[in-house]
Amino acid sequence: MIHSLFLINASGDIFLEKHWKSVVSRSVCDYFFEAQERASEAENVPPVISTPHHYLLSVYRHKIFFVAVIQTEVPPLFVIEFLHRVVDTFQDYFGICSEVMIKDNVVVVYEVLEEMLDNGFPLATESNILKELIKPPTILRTVVNTITGSTNVGDQLPTGQLSVVPWRRTGVKYTNNEAYFDVIEEIDAIIDKSGSTITAEIQGVIDACVKLTGMPDLTLSFMNPRLLDDVSFHPCVRFKRWESERILSFIPPDGNFRLLSYHVSAQNLVAIPVYVKHNINFRDSSSLGRFEITVGPKQTMGKTIEGVMVTSQMPKGVLNMSLTPSQGTHIFDPVTKLLTWDVGKINPQKLPSLKGSMNLQAGTSKPDENPTINLQFKIQQLAISGLKVNRLDMYGEKYKPFKGIKYMTKAGKFQVRT
Amino acid sequence: NPKPSIRFQEEERGRSPATIPAVPRTTPSRSNALTATSLSTLTWCRHDDLKEMLDSNKDSLKLEAMKRIVAMIARGKNASDLFPAVVKNVACKNIEVKKLVYVYLVRYAEEQQDLALLSISTFQRGLKDPNQLIRASALRVLSSIRVPIIVPIMMLAIKEAASDMSPYVRKTAAHAIPKLYSLDSDQKDQLIEVIEKLLADKTTLVAGSVVMAFEEVCPERIDLIHKNYRKLCNLLIDVEEWGQVVIINMLTRYARTQFLSPNQNAEAASLAKRKPYVMDPDHRLLLRNTKPLLQSRNAAVVMAVAQLYFHLAPKAEVGVIAKALVRLLRSHSEVQYVVLQNVATMSIKRRGMFEPYLKSFYIRSTDPTQIKILKLEVLTNLANETNISTILREFQTYIRSMDKDFVAATIQAIGRCATNIGKVRDTCLNGLVQLLSNRDELVVAESVVVIKKLLQMQPAQHSEIIKHMAKLTDNIQVPMARASILWLIGEYCEHVPKIAPDVLRKMAKSFTNEEDIVKLQVINLAAKLYLTNSKQSKLLTQYVLNLAKYDQNYDIRDRARFIRQLIVPTEKSGALNKYAKKLFLAQKPAPILESSFKDRDHFQLGSLSHLLNAKAVGYQELPDWPDEAPDPSVRNVEVRGTPRREKRKEKVEKPFYSDSEGESGPTESADSGESHHGGASSRGHHGGVWGRAGMWWEIGSSSSSGTSSSSSEEEDEEEEEEGSGEQSEEKEGEEEEEKRKKRKEKGGLRKCPLCSSRGLPRPLSPMGWAWWPMLSCGPWQLLSPAFGAVRTYELLHRMAGEGLSVEYCFSRRPFPGDPHMVAVQIQISNNTDAEVKSLRVSEPKLLAGMRIQEFPEIESLAPGDTASVVMGIDFCDSTQAANFQLCTHTRHFYVSIQPPVGELMAPVFMSENEFRKEQGKLTGMSEITEKLTLPEKCRSDHAIVQQVTSAANVGRVPCGADNEYRFAAKTVTSGSLVLITLEWREGAAAQLTVNSEKMVIGTMLVKDIIQALAQ
Repeated sequence: MIHSLFLINASGDIFLEKHWKSVVSRSVCDYFFEAQERASEAENVPPVISTPHHYLLSVYRHKIFFVAVIQTEVPPLFVIEFLHRVVDTFQDYFGICSEVMIKDNVVVVYEVLEEMLDNGFPLATESNILKELIKPPTILRTVVNTITGSTNVGDQLPTGQLSVVPWRRTGVKYTNNEAYFDVIEEIDAIIDKSGSTITAEIQGVIDACVKLTGMPDLTLSFMNPRLLDDVSFHPCVRFKRWESERILSFIPPDGNFRLLSYHVSAQNLVAIPVYVKHNINFRDSSSLGRFEITVGPKQTMGKTIEGVMVTSQMPKGVLNMSLTPSQGTHIFDPVTKLLTWDVGKINPQKLPSLKGSMNLQAGTSKPDENPTINLQFKIQQLAISGLKVNRLDMYGEKYKPFKGIKYMTKAGKFQVRT
Repeated sequence: NPKPSIRFQEEERGRSPATIPAVPRTTPSRSNALTATSLSTLTWCRHDDLKEMLDSNKDSLKLEAMKRIVAMIARGKNASDLFPAVVKNVACKNIEVKKLVYVYLVRYAEEQQDLALLSISTFQRGLKDPNQLIRASALRVLSSIRVPIIVPIMMLAIKEAASDMSPYVRKTAAHAIPKLYSLDSDQKDQLIEVIEKLLADKTTLVAGSVVMAFEEVCPERIDLIHKNYRKLCNLLIDVEEWGQVVIINMLTRYARTQFLSPNQNAEAASLAKRKPYVMDPDHRLLLRNTKPLLQSRNAAVVMAVAQLYFHLAPKAEVGVIAKALVRLLRSHSEVQYVVLQNVATMSIKRRGMFEPYLKSFYIRSTDPTQIKILKLEVLTNLANETNISTILREFQTYIRSMDKDFVAATIQAIGRCATNIGKVRDTCLNGLVQLLSNRDELVVAESVVVIKKLLQMQPAQHSEIIKHMAKLTDNIQVPMARASILWLIGEYCEHVPKIAPDVLRKMAKSFTNEEDIVKLQVINLAAKLYLTNSKQSKLLTQYVLNLAKYDQNYDIRDRARFIRQLIVPTEKSGALNKYAKKLFLAQKPAPILESSFKDRDHFQLGSLSHLLNAKAVGYQELPDWPDEAPDPSVRNVEVRGTPRREKRKEKVEKPFYSDSEGESGPTESADSGESHHGGASSRGHHGGVWGRAGMWWEIGSSSSSGTSSSSSEEEDEEEEEEGSGEQSEEKEGEEEEEKRKKRKEKGGLRKCPLCSSRGLPRPLSPMGWAWWPMLSCGPWQLLSPAFGAVRTYELLHRMAGEGLSVEYCFSRRPFPGDPHMVAVQIQISNNTDAEVKSLRVSEPKLLAGMRIQEFPEIESLAPGDTASVVMGIDFCDSTQAANFQLCTHTRHFYVSIQPPVGELMAPVFMSENEFRKEQGKLTGMSEITEKLTLPEKCRSDHAIVQQVTSAANVGRVPCGADNEYRFAAKTVTSGSLVLITLEWREGAAAQLTVNSEKMVIGTMLVKDIIQALAQ
């Protein structure tokens, strides 16, 4: 299956290599570099590259290319999904997944990779098990280790691998038993020029942070489970129970995990919480263009819209922009032509706007496309689909846990065409 | 410059020149050779300090050294010269050092084969370790060392591990198979034997790994799957996600060879006078058991199920996969890329499937170009008469995008829509013509190419467009577009008789500066004009042909010569001249614009080969459906009720396994799994989608709907399949019968007097056990159970059980009816204020080989009342918990019983001599000795015996010596001897020895006894 893995940074240096079978020379990456050169941007590098003797499958995350080398037929998604799992594991271990972090913790990284695959076939990819095998570095542990010479490798044998609930560590103990659930919904939408919705969907996830002693068995029920149309579960969720009763019943992994992700059925109309008024004009004759956008709330269920951020990729012909925002800060990068306006909160009494003019390259004709506007925002304490958790119960343990549920709505891929 | 020589030296030693440290400045007066040597000693020096650290006694230094070495390996630097120093530490006590040494060893063993052999004995020792994780890791490293000399050792280790007691070790064995195969493919036949054995394994842990080994070693041996097919289908849901992918892909191929196509053409069938199609129940089983996996969080699993449905399901059912695939589109862009490729192929064959999700394929300006183009492909495939107007409106926005590659692709897409849907052809054409005035040349060029193709369909009506395009030749520079325009004018010169010669005139002027494809088209145009309008164009044609005659490109020269001979009549020119006009101006069929994804589905979807549209190395062709269904009975697994004894005999005949030191138990546990589970277990999973939930996960549900609904579902399904082959019916009937028999047996048990006793039993007097069946093998008589204080354990707490509390203890009595079971006394008290009805055990979830004899159902239990019952569990001589559900008429409680190791045995009587003799046989690995200190209160004969017998169900053996205590017992399931000797030396010191061929039990027992004595 997976032969080798190369980690390549933005400037094209291979800064880590790992082989699970015989060694594959790093010169195989030359094919990758060629493809990279051909693609104008990093995300346009094809995820699957065929070379005379190998196939290179790569993912690009956190400005690092993770390039897997394979030699024989294997489902490409198998490899890609695995690579993403590797990145998630690193993130889980080190907080962030960056070149510096990986270089600093190269030994831990190597040990983790060693455990994740055996002869190129995934062995332990569950982060709870990995953490039992190799403890993640913390500042305290690093200090202690340097003084006492003790190690990162767990000295107990990882019994989790043998258990029937492989995702949960054994012998978990906490003084404060807490279980937090975040219901996060994202609105993906395309709004056309006139402000009508072309497509809008709600994607939701429930992320959990469970710190409970022992082997708790949780059930989570919803007030309106019919809203959920298409769901995918963490392996811990008992599917049968969901099918018959629409209740989530599970023995949770320890720590942070994604319990489920869902899609709200298309029959429900999606409330669009913001609108954008725009007037972007390039005049044929002059080298000046007009730019004016206003953002306002719409169907917010009485909640404030926060963290509003507007980005827009301007056409190449735009040399510079002189704009004045009514609130927040804005930046225009004349090289990448990217306009960013960090708006902040929307005050319905005084709608934020950004007005001004654009300097166009003299002599060239006006660009034929108006830029699209990408919008980011957050609304706390609101699940836009109306999904509500009914109750959370715990069985199997005797203590009373502290339970918390938080709702949030965010913009996903929210685009306004102008 | 000293560099070359250094590099040379370095390369001789290691491989990578990158290991050279920064070259220090040397004075120019020194000779090259001198510099080189001093430098190489420098590198040696640096490694010397690592060596020193590795040789030191301190673990912390070793660890530091190993960390630095591993960091070197990670950066791709050569560290092979440290091999001897590193390999010495393979037996180091420190786990992290050991692990890092393994990492190093696996990396460099191939290069340093002789030295690597030094480490082998360590792993061989590890293979015999009582701890399963150590056995597994030893096998893992041993099999990863790619040294051909050790192939026989690896083979032996794999064979042994394949029959290990621990499923984890068996999994590791499955992983080792492809490693050995890649090292020495001559071992194939032997490895297939191991694969066959492991395929029969009943545990989910092994299933994925062994199928992966099967796929790498012998994918053609589809016959090995027959007997395991149903089991794999049923286990699938509980297998880890990566295993699921491999199994599903393999089963897709299997199903294609064993079942008939569910989508047979009705006419074809009637023509062939075949029987109407009935789906094989096994085919249905596969479809049913994979469906819930569409909801997996793992994209690879979802894709695997999707391709399975696409290739195997009846047309009407394929639709379910669309929603799941669309869900994957919200994942990372690489996942999107792969999924869209597959959706593109599917959407050609089954357009209706994705139509409801049309909007999910709309393109955002932030999508990477390669995703945009794939989405466009899907949108084009989905276009039909009803949705074309929406799609075209979408396309109009795309055309104005800043991403020019994407715009070009959109224009192509519009062209395809126009050819496929006649209704919109004119609209599209008009739109494209408007694009001809676009400022971007690439857009114009692409439009020209597409318009050319469209015009070929109905040229007569579009002379205006051709005229418009003729004007473009002045401005447009893209060769492909220029060539297209010229071809159009030439082809339809009769529609534009005035313009065509003028275009030729202009082109003749710029001929020398044109690209080759344009030149060819100029010649082409000239020839066609000469034939239709020779008056105006004769001289021009001559001129162009003359220019072409001296062109640098021989293609153009050839073409000019050829055309001149063909069209210009001379006295020498032959008969062809007459037909020149027919040759050049023949009706040409319009080009068909079709998707590049057409017919890609002859590759298995989701595979690498499909994605590349080329056969990848190791790709297994997806076979076509057979015309005649192969015999379905090959998948029948007979319900095996063969007595265990026979099994054992078989083993004696195969001395290889039973001779293997120490661990003969394992083979047995793997084997016994087969004999007991048999058909019953595969039935158990049948109705339960997502087996976990169905089996034993239902906890505290407010109603019993979970299980009942599953069974009703099952019935429904069966009804559906009624008439789908009498054979399966019969088979199921047989199974039913088998079940009924079992139930009868249980019924017989109900009358057992034990069940009615109330309250926890005090240790019974050793009387009246005359009917205790003798454990068959061995001459020793079984003793009546020895008693210490009986410990009770909690099974269900009053709170968790909502008023029902359950405790259990090991009564140490033989379980009536089955000598291989441990009797468990269960006491149930009802603390609620209502009556609890129909208390029973259901849905045990057991490890392979374990069995459970439920206690008879308690009809009702009055409030405040307590009942006591006995159930038997065969733990297979392992301390793994037995999990099952305790059901009342309203609730299910998930409970588990985990036996202390001391309860897995029954005492035996033997004389001192026999004891000595047996002990003599069980030395070496089977002997575990531990020193201990006896606490004050444990220093009397009585106390010691009391404590030991309380910790384990053992019988005392008479002993001549004063300060020695001996006990003997046999494990309940396999009847292996366990001998305990406690030697009390002076004062508090004592030594405990346990001899048993079951090393795992021995080690655990030592621990338990020491703990009991320390209390």
